[in-house]
Parts: sequence; structure tokens; C-alpha cells
Amino acid sequence: MRLTLHIWRQSGPDAKGRFETYKLDDVNEHMSFLEMLDVLNQQLIENGEDPVAFEHDCREGVCGMCGIVINGLPHGGRKGTTTCQLHMRHFKDGEELTLEPWRSAAFPVLKDLVVDRSAFDRIIQAGGFISIHTGAPPDAATILVPKEDAELAMDYAECIGCGACVAACPNGAAMLFMSAKIAHLGMLPQGKVEADRRVKAMVEAMEKEPFGACTNFTSCEAVCPKEISISAIARMNRDYRRAFLPGKAEGGGKLEKVKLLPAT
Amino acid sequence: MNESPGFYSSSVGKKILMAVTGMILFFFVLFHMAGNLQIFIGQEELDRYAKFLHSVPEILWLVRIAVTFSFLVHIVAAVQVWLQSRRARPIRYKVRVNLATDMAARTMIWTGPIILLFVLYHLLHLTYGALYPDLFVEGHVYQNLINSFRLWPIAVVYIVANIGLGFHLYHGLWSLTQTLGWTHPRFDRCRRVASAVIGIGVAAANISIPVSILAGLVR
Amino acid sequence: MKLDARIPSGPLQQKWTNFRDHVKLLSPANKRKHSIIVVGTGLAGASAAATLAELGYKVKAFCYQDSARRAHSIAAQGGINATKNYPYDGDTVWRLFYDTIKGGDFRGREANTYRLAELSSNIIDQCVAQGVPFARDYAGYLANRTFGGALVSRTFYARGATGQQLLLGAYSALSRQVGLGNVEMHPRADVQDIVIVDGKARGIVVRDMLTGELEAYAADAVILATGGYANVFYLSTNAKGCNTTAIWRAHRRGAGFANPCYMQIHPTCIPQSGDYQSKLTLMSESLRNDGRVWVPRKKGDTRPPNEIPEEERNYYLEEKYPSYGNMVPRDVASRNAKYWCDLGYGVGPNGRGVYLDFKDAIERLGVEVIRQRYGNLFDMYERITGENAYEVPMRIYPAPHYTMGGLWVDYHLMSTIPGLFVLGEANFSDHGANRLGASALMQGLADGYFIIPITIGDYLASERLQKVSTDATEFKNVLADVDERLRKLLAVDGTKTVDHFHRELGKVMWDKVGMSRNAQGLTEAIQRIQALREEFWNDVRVPGRNEELNQELEKAARVADFLELGELIARDALAREESAGGHFREEYQTEEGEALRDDEHFQHVAVWEYAGDGKEPIRHVEPLVFEAVTPTQRSYK
Ligand SMILES: Cc1cc2nc3c(=O)[nH]c(=O)nc-3n(C[C@H](O)[C@H](O)[C@H](O)COP(=O)(O)OP(=O)(O)OC[C@H]3O[C@@H](n4cnc5c(N)ncnc54)[C@H](O)[C@@H]3O)c2cc1C
Ligand code: SF4
Ligand code: FES
Repeated sequence: MRLTLHIWRQSGPDAKGRFETYKLDDVNEHMSFLEMLDVLNQQLIENGEDPVAFEHDCREGVCGMCGIVINGLPHGGRKGTTTCQLHMRHFKDGEELTLEPWRSAAFPVLKDLVVDRSAFDRIIQAGGFISIHTGAPPDAATILVPKEDAELAMDYAECIGCGACVAACPNGAAMLFMSAKIAHLGMLPQGKVEADRRVKAMVEAMEKEPFGACTNFTSCEAVCPKEISISAIARMNRDYRRAFLPGKAEGGGKLEKVKLLPAT
Repeated sequence: MNESPGFYSSSVGKKILMAVTGMILFFFVLFHMAGNLQIFIGQEELDRYAKFLHSVPEILWLVRIAVTFSFLVHIVAAVQVWLQSRRARPIRYKVRVNLATDMAARTMIWTGPIILLFVLYHLLHLTYGALYPDLFVEGHVYQNLINSFRLWPIAVVYIVANIGLGFHLYHGLWSLTQTLGWTHPRFDRCRRVASAVIGIGVAAANISIPVSILAGLVR
Repeated sequence: MKLDARIPSGPLQQKWTNFRDHVKLLSPANKRKHSIIVVGTGLAGASAAATLAELGYKVKAFCYQDSARRAHSIAAQGGINATKNYPYDGDTVWRLFYDTIKGGDFRGREANTYRLAELSSNIIDQCVAQGVPFARDYAGYLANRTFGGALVSRTFYARGATGQQLLLGAYSALSRQVGLGNVEMHPRADVQDIVIVDGKARGIVVRDMLTGELEAYAADAVILATGGYANVFYLSTNAKGCNTTAIWRAHRRGAGFANPCYMQIHPTCIPQSGDYQSKLTLMSESLRNDGRVWVPRKKGDTRPPNEIPEEERNYYLEEKYPSYGNMVPRDVASRNAKYWCDLGYGVGPNGRGVYLDFKDAIERLGVEVIRQRYGNLFDMYERITGENAYEVPMRIYPAPHYTMGGLWVDYHLMSTIPGLFVLGEANFSDHGANRLGASALMQGLADGYFIIPITIGDYLASERLQKVSTDATEFKNVLADVDERLRKLLAVDGTKTVDHFHRELGKVMWDKVGMSRNAQGLTEAIQRIQALREEFWNDVRVPGRNEELNQELEKAARVADFLELGELIARDALAREESAGGHFREEYQTEEGEALRDDEHFQHVAVWEYAGDGKEPIRHVEPLVFEAVTPTQRSYK
């Protein structure tokens, strides 16, 4: 099959970018999308041109490294599919495709289709964990988890951190990614202990990055390759609200100043 | 994970406040609508109801303050959230696709200001009577309505604004359950449907007043 | 090259305890004074970095991806073994140890393997406490399944994404330490070489993948946890970026490379569909629990599989191995698939495939159960092939998957270079000549969470380490070496792309150094690889500059190393004149075509010493002593 590609080319973080058009004549329908780009790059290199930079690693839909907006759809818009798992059989002969990087202030473009997603790491570093240290945890069987809860936690835990949710969001919000982690850990008894601290800390870290606010557009769940639903965001909202409710242990156990005694 | 800053400083907190204030405003809208629908019972009913509202000024003012406060918080938070989101997405895609979002969601930022302008208009028009002094007599609610809505430009303003309100409510109600975390997979479909029904219902009920007057059904 | 495995004394069951009883400890105040470099944030690296930071060491961690969370451990699907014996089917530490050492065809080190089995339970406890959402039963207890090559149910799993969940657990522990300021994290950092000062590993040289800048980092010890090198085959189940550079460069600087020829070819992968193929996708071998492997009895049978009647199907594994059937170890399953395809019974477009059929399982258990167990794998299969495996049997073919070989390490996980520790798939460690399913995750985490924190303390407490800084000449020299090498790659400006050379290398490796090998083929392979290497350095084209994000340059540096490693693999395979596990020499097989070991001459670890460019490497041996078990001929009949 034949394809016309309009690809965003930008030589570096501060460079001005532009779209370039490329034609491919001999695309096999069994190729993956990234293999199609490999073929393009081989041709570019052989012609002495600069190959298109794009990210990928596992090429099996789990590392979360790949991600291209194809005709306006992050990951190409097929249900439960990352860019690396998208196959050319889903495109038509002669089709024109526009390839753009994730667009979000929090994900600046580094080169061509490569963006910087380190903001995600910083959110996790702020609280996306259970604060135990290695060694001498209790026997695994002492923590019972209802099967349904374990399954639900797993649904959320499957997030691959690809950033498609942010790319799709008209607000550039990171809620689906962040809430998937909060919901995963919050579902489990082990994770409930510090649920309040976690949600506050992660939200705070998220706000330090130039992410937008959630206005419940639901674009994120539409493109999430792991089909994580916005029920995660609802859970996070609930946790966040509850974390601020009175009745939570927030100090006050000891008197700060004893009023009846004369000051010394 | 130290002491984290206040609730309001995060966009999540702001959205929750928007949800709570939105809910207060929604109840006000419902109440207001129910009161006004008495126009279909008759002149005395409506005017008596209006008098009753004014009979305990403390309560009236309490409600007014609560609603005004909610309104302000709702608006300020909305603007802040909107600005934050604008900053977060400085570059648009060349190929634009609307992903899953519906029109109501995308137009919140327009239906919001429409409602704000309308509320100001409405206050000046029917609460203070400053806008069209010729058409307004203090305390004569029924007659004021008839006088105004007989004129189609005024009726159209109300109709358009209420269509906006309907859209705003449709997304807003659904959205506030999400923002407050009042969700459950079993009720997810209901939430959508219920919001739509309420949004359309409120808009239709409110619109029925000018339409009936314009059509001469109520005189 | 001195090869002292430093195995503690005492009976096998007591060795790890004895070791811990007598190991040297550092005080907390002293730990704070030591810095440690950890290269790699896979299961092994992330767990090590997190734990060492918790203990108080100053840790610098490096990975080539944009985030530590993306290391290739993330791709593991099937599960992780542990001797919890929750199903009460008779599992014990000894059994896991014995299965592993036997699965490895008695080419692993007893003491290491036993320790691994011993630690397996702790890993599950640790991971559960971290919030890894393992599968549960309705009572809320952890669920188990059986996995290739085992008769007990000891495999813990998290849907079809066990590696992902374990890695995200380790990543969360690491992230916590990064957040606390105890770990300095360097993503997008391509480690190009290691630096040795006074005979000890003291640092690394890294290329910043965004700016091309070369940076040196110094520390008191260096840990390499850079994963496996199956990408030497070009097509493998590994991620595109998996490479050998860090361990290969360490090898060139004096670290012994052990058993490079022990490679695992995984039986259940999706067959190649064309020349453009960039990688092969593995499907968890748990599929073999319910799927039945067969080929048509008629050569070149092109009928659709569902039209081939039962009596014309050859369930070759069930026929040949009645007691294990479809569950034989990987090497056996792979070799048999190749055997039937070579004879012309293969299925699919190019005759390189066998069927994996779920018809009977679906009839027996119903579609829903199968969907629950393997739904995501069936989806993945459909995404890639466009076929629905609930209706037509899957087609599978073996693919390079795991490398049992790696840098030689002693019981402390230290290589032949003092201060250079190697963890996870990058070391040669515990799997002998063949790795059993669900044991690599276990090994990576045992190394990182439980072993290295103890052994590295012993090293730091025993050695008098001088202060070094990156201004030292040793660092300057390595920086200059790396710089020169990268400039050379860019300067060739030939006509062929890096991928071209990688593919060519892959072809040679697959044809001659793959699932079955012979002396003639291996000799040819060595010559062919040498010629290819020569051609590479004269005719490769690497576009762009160093001072930018340059993915072709990254690849070129990796392929250059694969072109050297490939030769060593072939040499090792040639020198090992026996068949054992994943290493199958056609000259050495039983009458039934099974691997024939030669314990008299080859019951040892082969450790290669680098002798300089253009010189033949030197082969050393570490004899394997079996005190607790007696090597037997593996039989899965
Ligand atoms: C598809 C697949 C499925 C598998 N399934 C299972 C299973 O079910 N059960 C099981 O037990 N095992 C399984 N395995 C094997 C197991 O996943 C791996 O052996 C194990 O995860 C390796 O972990 P690691 O920490 O050693 O290395 P990796 O996870 O590969 O990590 C390597 C790290 O090193 C870094 N790195 C590498 N080179 C450089 C460099 N030059 N500079 C800087 N950083 C570098 C990388 O960035 C990465 O962080 C599977 C493997 C594959 C490929
Ligand atoms: S929530 Fe979904 S879209 Fe967002 S990062 Fe995770 S996997 Fe990607
Ligand atoms: S390359 Fe790993 S998810 Fe696409």
C-alpha cells in the first residue's frame, strides 16, 4: 500500500518545527506502525537525510515509551492499542497521515516526535508508593485482599505511563495517569494506611508541573491504551476531598501552651 | 510528604469547590424554577408567593448571600482553572478530533459567561427593575412578567439563556458527581441520563414561561 | 584470571545463613560516606538502588530510557516463582532449587541456586507489601499457577503483566528514594564504559542522550544491572534498546564473560511475518498449560487448521514426552518445533510455525475461563496477526529470549574486577545452561533486594578505598576513548545503515549459532562475523552529529559491541563440545535427539578473558562441584 505522511520535524527543544511530507510506496499491511517508520527512516538515511526521531522500546505495548498523535488521535485511536502495536492493516491504501508529537506544556518536544515526560516521574516520586523498606515484611498471606479489589487494583495498575491521556486532554491534565496510581494503591489494604498523605502529596507535585485542570472531558479514557476509566479520577477526587475532612488525625494530641500555669 | 498546602491551591480542590457551589446554585435554580412555575396557576398565587419570599428578609438575605458567594466562588475557580488549562496546552494539533467530549462539555466555558451575563440582566430586569422602568412595578411579579415577555426580544434573551443553562446543567451535574467522587460503575449510565433529563427539564420548564406569554397562552 | 567463587562453607542449606552471620557490616554513619553507581533500573537495578539508598548509601542510578519505569523487565508476562507452598502440593525450597539446577542441565552453581530458592518467598512478601496486585482467589489469598517445566503450582502472577507490576513496585520504591534525595536518578543516560582505578571499578562514562555530552561519574563501587543481550540476534523478544554495551565494555576492561553461548530460545512467540520485522513478540508460556502443540501429519498441508481432522494432527510433544507433554522445558519445546519445521511440516506463510490449539481447553473449560486466563494474550495475538485465536489455533515459533550467560560473578555477585558487581540477567548466575520459566524475575529481585545490600557492605567494609574524582587521569583516558569511538562511528560515513548490519549479524547468529549448532557452522560464523565487523567499520552510515539526540548513533554503538560479542558466543559454543540446556551441538545428542552432556570434560563454567583487539580471547574454567545433588540425564518423558 501507498501512504503520504506529514510528519512534525523539529531539530531540537528550542528549534522551530514544521511539517514535512514523505511518500512511501511499498508498505506491507502486516507491518506495525513503527516498522513502517523504520522503513521510512532507512530510506531517509540512505538518501542522506536525517531520520525521524520517535520513541519506542518494548514494541509490545507495555513499556509506555512510544506515542505519536496520528491524524489527531494519540496512539492512532484504536481501542486498547499503543502506537507500537498498531498495524498497517487498519489503514487504507493511499491514505494521508499526519504525525504529531504529544502536545502539552508539561511535555516539551525534544526532537521531532520525542517529548519529555519526566513530569510523570516527579509525580510518582512525591507519593506514588507505599512507604515500606526492604526486609522483613509480614508474610504475604497475612494481607488478605478480596478478589474483586485485587482485580480492580490491577485494572488501574496497568497504566504504562505513556502520557496519551495528557496528549488527548484539551486541558493538558494529568489526572488519569495520577489517579490510576492513587486508585491502584488505595484499593489495597497495604496502601490505605497512607492514602491521605499520598493523594495530597501527588496532587501537590502535579500542580507544580504545567498540567491543566480536569474538567471531565473524558478524552483521556477514550485514548488510554490500557482502557483505564475515569472512575480512577472519581476515586482520586473522593480521596482528596476526604483527606481534608475534619476528623483525620492532624495533630492536637499534646497541648501547645499550658494556659493556667504562669509563664516561665 | 510533608504538610501539604491548602485545598484551594490545587486544581482538584478548586474543582471540588466548583462542584459544591455548582450544586448549591443548582438547588437555587430548581427552587427558583418551582416558584416561577406558579405563574401557570394564576396571578394571585405567584404574587402571594413573591410576597411570602419577602416576608422574612433575614432568610431572603441569607439565601442571597449564599447564592452570591457560591456564584463568585464558582466563577473565580472556573476562570482560574480555565487559565491553568490554557497554559497547559499552548499548541494545538494540526488535525483536530473531538475525543469523546460532547458539546455540552466543550461549551461550558461559553455557557458559563452567558449565564453570568444573563443573571445580571435578569437581576436588573426583574429584581431591581432598573432596566425597563416602564415595564416594572415593584411587587407585581405576574404583571411584570407578562409585560416583559410580550416583547419578543426580551423573551428571546430568556430562551437563549435557558438553553445555555440546560447545556451547562447537563455537563455540570454529571461532572459534579465525578468531581465529588459520587460514582459507581452500576450508576454510570444513570448519571449521564439523569443529568440530561434534569438539564433539559429545567431549561424546558423555564422556557415555558416566556414562550407561553409570547404565544398569548398566559396573559 | 583468578576465579574464586567465594562460596561459604557448610552444608548447602546453611551457606547463606553462615555467610550472613560472618559478613562484615558497615555502621550507618559509614554507609553515608559511600557512594554507589547502579546502572540499570530493571528489576535487579531498581530493587538494588532502592534498597541501598534505604540503607543510607549515596546512590546514583542510570538508565537509557526516559524513565526508570520502562526497563525491559516490564515486558515479563508469565509470573514469578516462590516456594510458599500455599497450594500445599508439596513444594519446598529444596524442590525449587532442584528443579532449577536440573532445568539448567547441571551447569549452574549449587550454592547460588540454593540461595535463590531460599530467598524466593521473601520476594513475594516484599512485593505484596509494596502493593503489587498479584492475582487472588475468592478467599483473598494469593493465587498460584503452574509454569513450564514444573510439577507444582508455585508461580505467582499479576494477570498477564507480572513483570510490569513487579517492576512498578521496585520503581515505586526507587522513586520514593529519589523523592527523599537519597538516589540521584539519571534517565536518558547511555553508559558507554566503566572506569578502573587501582584495579578497582570506580566509575562510569555516560553519554547524555539528549545533548551527546560525555560525562564521568565516580563512586566507591559500580553495579551493572543492564539486562540480557538476546538482541545480538537482531530479532528477539527483547526491547529494541536492550544491549550489551555496559557488560561488554567491562569485559574489555577485564571482567570475565561466563558461558556466553547459553542462550534461551523461547518456544511460544508469534512467528515472523516479513523482512521488515523489527522484533518478535513473546506470548507467555503459561499458554502451554491449556494449549496443545501440533503440526499436520502431512508435509506442506495447506488446509486451514480447523479442517484438519484429529487423526491427521501430530501432537508431537504429548507423544514424545508423555509425563510432561506440552509442559516440557523451553529448550526442549523449541528444539522440537524447529525439528518439525525443518522437516517441512511447519505451518503459516513461510513454514516457520506450529499450532498452539485451545480448542480442547475451550470445550473443557468454556470460552470464559480461557478468556479470563489468557484474554490479554489472545488480544495481543489478534492485534499483531489479525487472527482470532478463540476460533483458529495460534501459530507460534521459537525466538531468542533470554541469555543465561553474562559477566562472571562470585557468590557475592562481584565480577573479576573488584568493586564491579553484576546483577540480574547481566550476570551468568543461577540458571545454568537453561532457565526455567518464572525464575528470572525471581533472580533479579533476589539479587537486588536481598543479596547485593549484604555483599556490597562486606566489600566496602573490607577494602581501603582511596578518594577518587572524575579529574583523575583514569577518567580522562576513558572519556577520551569513548569520545574517539563515537567520532569514529560518525566519521565512517559509508553506505549501509546500522540496521542493515544488525540484521546481517542476526541472520548469521540465528542460522549458525541458534537453536542447534555444529562445529562447521560455528567456525563459519566466526569468520562471517569478523568480516561483517570489518565491513561495519568501513561502510556504516551514521547520520547526524554527536551533540544532539541521535538515535542512529546510539544504535551504532550498540551494534558495534554486538558484533564483537557475537563472535565470542560462537567461540564459546564451539569450545563447548557437549550439549547442555540451551546449547545444543548436533554432534552431541542421544539417540532420541536429546542433549547429551559430557560431565567429565565440561562440568564447568567457561569464563572468557579479553586479550586485546584482534587477539583470541582466553578461556578459563571454574569447575562446578556438585555436593548436594548428583547430575543426571534430564528426562521429561
Ligand atoms: C518478553 C519477555 C517475557 C519474560 N517473561 C518472564 C517471566 O514471565 N518470568 C520470568 O521470571 N522472567 C521473564 N522474562 C525474563 C525477565 O524479564 C528478565 O530476565 C529480567 O526482567 C531482566 O531484568 P534485569 O533487571 O536484569 O534487566 P532489565 O529489566 O532488562 O533492565 C536493564 C536496565 O539496564 C539499563 N541499561 C541497559 N543498558 C544500558 C546502558 N548501556 N546504559 C544505561 N542503562 C542501560 C536499562 O535502561 C534498564 O533500566 C521475560 C523476558 C522477556 C523479554
Ligand atoms: S492512564 Fe492510560 S493514557 Fe494515561 S499514561 Fe496511563 S496508560 Fe497512558
Ligand atoms: S514501545 Fe513499549 S509501549 Fe510501545
